[in-house]
Amino acid sequence: MDWQAFALSLRLATVTTVLLLAIAVPLAALLVMGRSRWLAALEALTSLAMVLPPTVLGFFLLVLLGPRTAFGRGIATLLGHPLAFSFDGLVVGSVIYSLPFAVQPLVAGFAAVDTGLVDAARLLGAGPARIVSSVLIPLARRSLLASVILSFLHTMGEFGVVLMLGGDIPGATRTLSIVLYNQVENFDYAAANRTAGILVGISVLALALIYSKARKRGMPPPRREHA
Amino acid sequence: MLELALDARRGSFHLYVECSFTSSWTVIFGPSGSGKTTLLRLLAGLDRARRDEGVRVTFDGRDLAQTKRSLWLPPGQRQVGFVAQQPALFPHLSAAQNVAYGLHGMARDRRATRVDEMLALAGATDLAARRPQDLSGGQAQRVALARALAPGPRLLLLDEPFSALDGTASDALLDRLQLWLKENQVQAIMATHDAPDALATGAEVLLLTEGRLTALGPAAQVLAAERERLLNRLKSR
Repeated sequence: MDWQAFALSLRLATVTTVLLLAIAVPLAALLVMGRSRWLAALEALTSLAMVLPPTVLGFFLLVLLGPRTAFGRGIATLLGHPLAFSFDGLVVGSVIYSLPFAVQPLVAGFAAVDTGLVDAARLLGAGPARIVSSVLIPLARRSLLASVILSFLHTMGEFGVVLMLGGDIPGATRTLSIVLYNQVENFDYAAANRTAGILVGISVLALALIYSKARKRGMPPPRREHA
Repeated sequence: MLELALDARRGSFHLYVECSFTSSWTVIFGPSGSGKTTLLRLLAGLDRARRDEGVRVTFDGRDLAQTKRSLWLPPGQRQVGFVAQQPALFPHLSAAQNVAYGLHGMARDRRATRVDEMLALAGATDLAARRPQDLSGGQAQRVALARALAPGPRLLLLDEPFSALDGTASDALLDRLQLWLKENQVQAIMATHDAPDALATGAEVLLLTEGRLTALGPAAQVLAAERERLLNRLKSR
């Protein structure tokens, strides 16, 4: 078992999930509550990573963040090292790759909140940030949990983007998926089974957490009118 | 004084109303689909008029909306309270927390006093700790009224607000509310399709028919035909 790769995968998934949460909550709120005609284009752009093959996305990012572009050179000057083939680069790639998995559950959850409640909050003087924190998030908790878990799992298991953008550098960019690929390539199926088992186990645990929360919450019982 | 000039379209529905409300209590009377809710939502700022529509709303000399100048004050800046037929209470908050929602930034003890006052006014003191899902329709409407009044609006908009209360409870609440509004100099506009409700308040009545203002004046005058119809119905039984 490659514990270094396991720790790196966990670290990558955690950092990516935190960043995604900070981006996805306001983005989803904008998509649901906004009125601009450009929102459809923004929503399409947000979902792009879901339909692009991961290797294609990884290739684009590799070129964009590498020394061939002014942007990549600027980033390298700013950070003191290029983003490609580094942990930071993996984080950028993972955030872009997992963005739709963070945003879409939140958009569905926020859109399901009764618009009358949002109107009531607006009338009572709440601005967009307070509406999100005091109305949308508490009423879409399950969607928020789904967003967090999907982002985490999607990053844990990503392969194409990681390999394209980060390569296979132990301790820096070698994640569990890369380890699994190497094990299969070396015909070490016993080790590959263990690595795959860990990835499956984490996924099952996370999904069980979502569904157990959903079951605990349940539906409120119908109330009798007694005015 | 509230002055409005509304020329707005919602799908095939056309709302065209131009008038001034000088009375402290005005009733907008009209059948379902006559544009009452659309009118109230435009006044509250919940619906934003398009640039090609002609909407102007002025309250006590202050422009709340004017499409010509691309002016549209957000609902929270209009000092407007709104109570809709559906109370829309926040389901994750207790009744008291719902009432306190609009008192954000107020000191805790002052906020608690204000919440108690408003719940008492709405006859909902004993409901303070309950969640909306534990309230009946009438109780929820009382809490929604307390919540709308708590921030101290200058204009109160009521859209069939007591439809879930029985007649006696509704009359008693209406009496208390009218007294409170008078004391606090708050202008109120209530939309209803219920003639007895409109007649009971003795208010100025705006008659709305298919999005057009067809009459404006004292209730007894504007609703004379409705009053006659109700009396005849009672006599015939």
